[in-house]
Amino acid sequence: MTTATMQPPTPFREFWGYFSQNKGALIGFFYILFIMFVVVFADLIAPHHPYEQFRQSLLLPPIWLEGGSWSHILGTDDIGRDILSRLIHGSRYSMLAGAMVVTISLFIGITLGVLAGYLRGAFETLIMRIADVMLAVPSLLLAIAVVAVLGPSLLNATLAIVVVSMPHYIRLARASTIAEMSKDYVISSRVSGASAFRIMFITVLPNCLAPLIVQATLGFSNAILDMAALGFVGLGAQAPIPEWGSMLADARQFVQSAWWVVTFPGVAILTTVLAFNLMGDGLRDALDPKLKQ
Amino acid sequence: MSLLEVKNLSVSFGPEGKAFKAVDRVNLTVNAGEVVGIVGESGSGKSVSSLAIMGLIDFPGKVHAEQLHFEGQDLQALSEKARRQITGDEIAMIFQEPMSSLNPCFTVGDQIMEAIEVHQGGKKKERRAKAIELLKQVGIPAPESRLDAFPHQLSGGMSQRIMIAMAIACDPKLLIADEPTTALDVTIQAQIIDLLLDLQKEKNMGLILITHDLALVAEAADRIIVMYAGQVVETGPVDELFAAPQHPYTQALLNSLPESSLGHRRLQALGGVVPGANDRPTGCLLSPRCPNAQDHCRQQEPEATGSIERQVKCFFPLNQPGSSAA
Repeated sequence: MTTATMQPPTPFREFWGYFSQNKGALIGFFYILFIMFVVVFADLIAPHHPYEQFRQSLLLPPIWLEGGSWSHILGTDDIGRDILSRLIHGSRYSMLAGAMVVTISLFIGITLGVLAGYLRGAFETLIMRIADVMLAVPSLLLAIAVVAVLGPSLLNATLAIVVVSMPHYIRLARASTIAEMSKDYVISSRVSGASAFRIMFITVLPNCLAPLIVQATLGFSNAILDMAALGFVGLGAQAPIPEWGSMLADARQFVQSAWWVVTFPGVAILTTVLAFNLMGDGLRDALDPKLKQ
Repeated sequence: MSLLEVKNLSVSFGPEGKAFKAVDRVNLTVNAGEVVGIVGESGSGKSVSSLAIMGLIDFPGKVHAEQLHFEGQDLQALSEKARRQITGDEIAMIFQEPMSSLNPCFTVGDQIMEAIEVHQGGKKKERRAKAIELLKQVGIPAPESRLDAFPHQLSGGMSQRIMIAMAIACDPKLLIADEPTTALDVTIQAQIIDLLLDLQKEKNMGLILITHDLALVAEAADRIIVMYAGQVVETGPVDELFAAPQHPYTQALLNSLPESSLGHRRLQALGGVVPGANDRPTGCLLSPRCPNAQDHCRQQEPEATGSIERQVKCFFPLNQPGSSAA
């Protein structure tokens, strides 16, 4: 037997092997790919402009109900805008908010967490106590407070959610850093004269990434949910932006008379969040060495 | 001039006044081309001393040394950066746990080539060639394909060979091997030690071999330092020390070897454990466990006596030439 035939699988092949065993995770993954496609090609897919008002067909029901029309597959809202088109364009805001929240809070959270785990002492105590205080306040309440200070808008809502989700990343990054710092390879790189920056971000950080990636996927769905919640209470995206949460809020009074106006944005939020959670679970199974068989 | 000269090195942890001395006034000299073995049971301060020499003891640990010279340079007087420069270039270290001493996120080749890059530079192709050369030197078959392997794809013995390759990548003058074979099985142990000694002779390095395997140091080392509870209790050339141990602790270590117990029903172990932070006895630290201890031992701490070559820290040394204790 030669060494070539005995080559163990590459890390990616191994990861994919574990990941694809989990059917739910695969479904989530492909659903997210689909949403991504929609986000990128929203202008081409959407049958109408999201702001275009069809005054002659207000609150038109979806196609399969009596009175439905092929030009408005999921019906129209109270001022005659096509719901499908608004949902398609709205996916951009949800995904953008999710991506921005995860990127920014991951970046700041990792930096602070790794610094705290590396430096220990007073700096660690300061950072971690602040994080603890932030975790002790109900997250949505804290987000509302931040938006109240900054003023309601999509960007400010994003910043508020960043603030709220950051402590999770700080804690996770710190804990993994501390665990990795005691390994011999860190000492060995100190022996060979690596700088503090190099040890923190090149030697240690890549080994801490697995739990952070999982948290980031789950954080993505949280961000979408929080964004929808802020939109619902009127502190997120402002009309006429077709953000899913604010679409829900605008249609509140039609829950009984025209259920489709409320239901479809809700379903969009639900499926997207579910897809991210499923994929996050699959990622955790695939990346966490303790769960591997 | 010795390669490494350490005088009265102490490392303490904990608050002032109640500090626990993990290493207590240790003297150590290593010459170029010399193999010095440090032996002692777990918790006797072997590893901590080596970390202290490398300047790797972090707060809250405190390091004091009367003298800490490497090639005549006072390491304590240097700035952190300058010191790291020297230790990085001239001193290399091998660890006990080969599985955790390689970074799991990078291929073996990346890690070796990084060590080469830092210390010698050179183009990527040259570094790769050098890395393959190093892997050949440490006896790894098919080095070209091994370069692209990740640490988790290698066995323990293989990882330890890679660690050795990384350690000698920058031609260090001093190599500290901290229990390099403890985590390996017996046949691999012998191979790794042979490899270390071959390289040590070839490159005329100083080698500090930290271990609790007496058979191993008996074969490999030129001089031996026996540590107990952070203190050096006996030093001497390997043959003398094994033939006529002067400290009761050394004697006990030798007695605890299975070979010494032939004809006995049980292994001859020394009762008790190394004193920790809270149960340090007054007087000689070995006194609670020592078979020869007398009241004097329990009240006063003995000083190291003897020549520089052969020292013992005991009031009643064994096997003294011309003494009745032998």
